[in-house]
Amino acid sequence: MALAAAHPGGGLLLASPVQAALRLLELLPSAAFWRAVGNSSLRIFGGFLLSCALAALLAALAAGRPWFRDLLAPPVAVVKAVPVASFIILALVWLDSRSLSLFISGLMVFPPVYLNVLEGLRRTDGKLLELARVYRIPLGRRIWGIYVPQVLPYFRSAASLALGLCWKAGAAAEVIGLPAGTIGERLYTAKVYLQTPDLFAWTAVILMLSAGFERLFLGVVDLLAGKAGR
Amino acid sequence: MEIRVEGLCKSYGGKAVLTNLTAVFRPGITCVAAPSGTGKTTLLRLLLGLERPDRGSIRGADCRWAAVFQEDRLLEDLPAAGNLRFALGEVPGEAEALLARLGLDLSDPKPVRVWSGGMKRRLALARALLAPSEALALDEPFTGLDGENRARCLELIRESGKGKPVLLATHDLTGLEDAPVVHLGGG
Repeated sequence: MALAAAHPGGGLLLASPVQAALRLLELLPSAAFWRAVGNSSLRIFGGFLLSCALAALLAALAAGRPWFRDLLAPPVAVVKAVPVASFIILALVWLDSRSLSLFISGLMVFPPVYLNVLEGLRRTDGKLLELARVYRIPLGRRIWGIYVPQVLPYFRSAASLALGLCWKAGAAAEVIGLPAGTIGERLYTAKVYLQTPDLFAWTAVILMLSAGFERLFLGVVDLLAGKAGR
Repeated sequence: MEIRVEGLCKSYGGKAVLTNLTAVFRPGITCVAAPSGTGKTTLLRLLLGLERPDRGSIRGADCRWAAVFQEDRLLEDLPAAGNLRFALGEVPGEAEALLARLGLDLSDPKPVRVWSGGMKRRLALARALLAPSEALALDEPFTGLDGENRARCLELIRESGKGKPVLLATHDLTGLEDAPVVHLGGG
């Protein structure tokens, strides 16, 4: 790849890291750049957060209700197995392109978060729950003292995985749906006009956003874990 | 108040653990004595409402209990004060003095994970004694305690047991010679 980039005219097909970095520096001061970053982040991270909340809620309901767990098992298995491109094309029929990345990133986040939270809840220490029952500990304190410390490590590993997935799937949804003023639209334009420095610069932006949001979110989770039960 | 059990039977997987037990538990300490695996814990769990009897009746047990379980059942990542706050909602005013009598320090910031087995056992007992309750179920509360700590714990149990039934499951009746004993084992 480095050889291809170093070849005279090779930058057209494969930009060098320096070209990509320079292009990124050019993009940084423009309002359109930050608008694209803001729009994509809002939808993709929004989809992540909404999906996390829904997955945690449904896992809490499923933990004590085997029939509900069985009911959710097939759709969760389908979402896990079906290629994201199929969902994107199907979702385009029903949704406008602006909502697409929110929906698709949420869809990708749901299975790992739901399954991990469910597993954490199912492994909750039954002896501590008995203690809570005998001492008549209210639900809020049970959740904060028993369930949260038990589930957080499972949720943390799922969220770490899901954050990477949601950015990949969300960007793919934007490239296919082409909502105006998003990173996906910029990636598509770069591809059409063979602007490989742009392509690499935007890819680097996605990587940085994904890593940044992961650090931020996991930092909050760790803070919560430190306070759980106290 | 008194707790009365009549004709109590409980079995697990076809193996009878309690057979036709009839007993009355009045205010003060009542020892439940039996060799290991002969129904002490089962009886306490039935009284606490954690299990249902196969047959027989329990009267007077639908009250507010505090308990020391067979295991300490502490939140291992929290210090002593955090454990009391979790179980009781707040740290009672008398907690510091009671813990001090048990040789424990309420202000110790270390999580109980790093405490010795005996210290955890005493904290589990302190939690039960500090909890508002109408009856106490203590399942082998002296496990892992030396003679001196056992005597301290027993003294506090006696004080707390005034006016409410205290069921003390143990295989060692030392210091409890004056308490009524319900013998289990062998049906």
